[in-house]
Amino acid sequence: MSDNGSADIQQLQADAKAKLDEHTVEMVQWHFNEATGSPFWLEKKSELNFDPLTEVNSFEDLRKFPLFEDEWLRGGPVRRWVPKGLENEPTYVFETGGTTGIPKSRVVMRDHWRDYEMFSHTLPDEYFPKGSNWLMLGPSGPRRLRLAVEHLAQYRGGISFCIDLDPRWVVKLIKKGWMEHLEEYKKHCIDQAVTVLTAGHDIKCMFATPKLLDQLCMALEERGTSIKEVGITGIFSGGTEFTPQWTRYCIEELFGGPTEQSGIYMTPTYGNTLMGLACSKPVTAEEKYKISYYAPQPRAVVEVVSFDDHNEVVGYGDTGRVKLTTLTDELFIPGFLERDEGEREEPFETFPWDGVSGVRPFHEIAQSTTVGVY
Amino acid sequence: MLNIPVIRWGQEYESLETEEVLHFYTGESIASVSQANGGIIQRDMREAHKAREILRQFSIDQILEMIKKAADLYVNGTLPFGDGTQSPADFIVQQSASTGLPEHMVELNMTKNAFVLNNMNQILDALTRGLDLNILSNGWGVEDRGVPISYQPQSPVLGAVLPSNSPGVHTLWLPVIPLQLGLVLKPGPQEPWTPYRMYAAYSEAGIPKEVWSLYPGGAEAGAAVLSACDRAMIFGGTATVEQYKGNHRVQAHGPGFSKILLFDDVVDDWEQYIDLIAESIYINSGRGCINCSGVWASRHTEEIAQALSERLGPIEAKPPEDPEAGLAAFTVPGIATAVWGMIEEDLKEDGVTHSTADYGDRLVERELCAYLRPTIVHCESPDNAIALKEYMFPFSTVVKCPQDQMLSKIGPTLVCSGITTNESIIQQLSDATHIDRLNIGAMPTTKLNWLQPHEGSIIDFLFRSRAYQVADQA
Repeated sequence: MSDNGSADIQQLQADAKAKLDEHTVEMVQWHFNEATGSPFWLEKKSELNFDPLTEVNSFEDLRKFPLFEDEWLRGGPVRRWVPKGLENEPTYVFETGGTTGIPKSRVVMRDHWRDYEMFSHTLPDEYFPKGSNWLMLGPSGPRRLRLAVEHLAQYRGGISFCIDLDPRWVVKLIKKGWMEHLEEYKKHCIDQAVTVLTAGHDIKCMFATPKLLDQLCMALEERGTSIKEVGITGIFSGGTEFTPQWTRYCIEELFGGPTEQSGIYMTPTYGNTLMGLACSKPVTAEEKYKISYYAPQPRAVVEVVSFDDHNEVVGYGDTGRVKLTTLTDELFIPGFLERDEGEREEPFETFPWDGVSGVRPFHEIAQSTTVGVY
Repeated sequence: MLNIPVIRWGQEYESLETEEVLHFYTGESIASVSQANGGIIQRDMREAHKAREILRQFSIDQILEMIKKAADLYVNGTLPFGDGTQSPADFIVQQSASTGLPEHMVELNMTKNAFVLNNMNQILDALTRGLDLNILSNGWGVEDRGVPISYQPQSPVLGAVLPSNSPGVHTLWLPVIPLQLGLVLKPGPQEPWTPYRMYAAYSEAGIPKEVWSLYPGGAEAGAAVLSACDRAMIFGGTATVEQYKGNHRVQAHGPGFSKILLFDDVVDDWEQYIDLIAESIYINSGRGCINCSGVWASRHTEEIAQALSERLGPIEAKPPEDPEAGLAAFTVPGIATAVWGMIEEDLKEDGVTHSTADYGDRLVERELCAYLRPTIVHCESPDNAIALKEYMFPFSTVVKCPQDQMLSKIGPTLVCSGITTNESIIQQLSDATHIDRLNIGAMPTTKLNWLQPHEGSIIDFLFRSRAYQVADQA
């Protein structure tokens, strides 16, 4: 990069940081104000050894809070999470986990729409044409993703077709070792998708989990067609299984070559119900399909922190635990350790703040995690 | 350091994901192994039928000739290996360095594999009970007595998810290519050496590379091999075996719980059998499913435990290159400590005595690995929790149990050496369906006759005997 380029990015970074600090203060004022904050945070305030209303003046000041524990999200009443300032808004509840026991819940009013509208602006219209229809090949039920993808399709002028997929049942099948049932369930999901794709619905865009996309491509090939032939041009997918090797495999073997050749554009995303959606820097063969994610700052922040000190950001290129912060008027999460690790990435023009690459399950808990089809 | 690619029907494929194989003593990286993702495996399996088509271009006799050549190359050749080459000496050092097995044990396993390759004709003859091998090749034929006979392969390939800790298991898949079926192997993370060396030896001997796929990888790769191959074997613990119980497509090989039973007519002469019992527990560092993990008798059990402890208790952990080394290292951090923790917990039970306690600490921790020294535990009753346990080192219980209760209490047993001359007991042993390999008389559990099937005949697993009628021969 030229000196000018370097100066430009530094300026962009400084501007982004100023915006983040300003947004942080605004959100803390909102969530800890008696008139607007949620019952949960207003009660928590009394346990803090500082006053967030006067002592949080920058993003770094959020480190004064203890780490957010996602266990707090289990059980009711979920209304304790609704900020008073939004208590008359229509409210959704989305769940995560829950194969056994009480799932974690998050209440949402409009965040899932906003996150996906922001994401929509990162999608190239050439491959995600406005007005085209979508297939949502992912978990259904009490999950944010299904409604969010539907909103994305609608926001872009299309209609989203969905399938039924219960990820809790998938995890149970794996834990029970009922592998034949698992295979049948996968087929059941893929059959639904193939039916939708071959029924003349003019679907050009889709969300799919890596494993389901893999299975879908295979199923289409077995039927003598392909993802390209059924008309798909834009795919977004996500999760720690979306690795460089998997991307390369998709591009080389499932799609029939790079975007220019195959006419199929695939973009990875990273996120969860708590944070929203982090977008990726374009993935190229030249960079060995490296995937780097950038959070939708200032609404959410991704940091890569030391395994030993969760307030210390590691150096660029170094490995650490992924730490998320969510700062919307609906949800305040002042630092939450995700179950993933990765390498810290440099800011660039489109996203002038830190990113994370090589995201994978945190090595200390990876072995006990059951990854399903979704 | 070697770079080892994925092999996709004989084609090398370098993955963007690699795992390093480390030397357990020095921590140095010995190889970087490409990792296959599940999709690649499933996709490749659509071409599995080609492996059989290719192999059927040769007669089984021709393949057997090539296998003999492969045996020599496996033992003596310097073979292409990843982006380098591998001599027999390299192989021994590398396998020892990553699996923790002493070098002389690696050499012994090499001899075993070579024996199986060199005697493949007799092994196939025994496993098929003398069947004309052309019948397996053609799918049908006519017996000497004029009766049509058909054996239909149930899959063009055998898949196998292999372990890291027991190089002895490779003998189970060696007969597959001579049966004109392809091989789809997921090597154990610490043991890529044997599958890749066999692949190189077979290829140099003239067997087309296109009948092999080697997919190193994580759990996803293992699951893909098992789901994409119509016949596959997996090696694992009791949970793995339970998981695949009743699944006719998967043959699961787990712990052996092999035992020696000393019945009342011989037990007063127990001293005569101590050598063979000690050998059964200790040979190959007690890692095999055929190693004895339980000695059962109605009396003299304290003395037996004491005698075994005197014999095995003093054995020390020695470096892998020491020809006297008898113990394999636990190379995965934390495993040896966890195993010893489980044993210590069980030792707290009434009626359980640690017979090797006087011979020093059993758990020996080194900087990058750990050892468990031979451990003998006496149980007053077959109901003691530890009585039926098995671990991956020279470990055995000596269990006091009345003769008339033994068969109902021993549980599933891969190899049972029943030492008795009592005809009635011999008949009961022969009838016991929870015993797989049965040795009658004074034989170590570890003494295998290669002409006998192991945990089910591979022929029965891979082929189906069925009706076949031809109009003009009816």
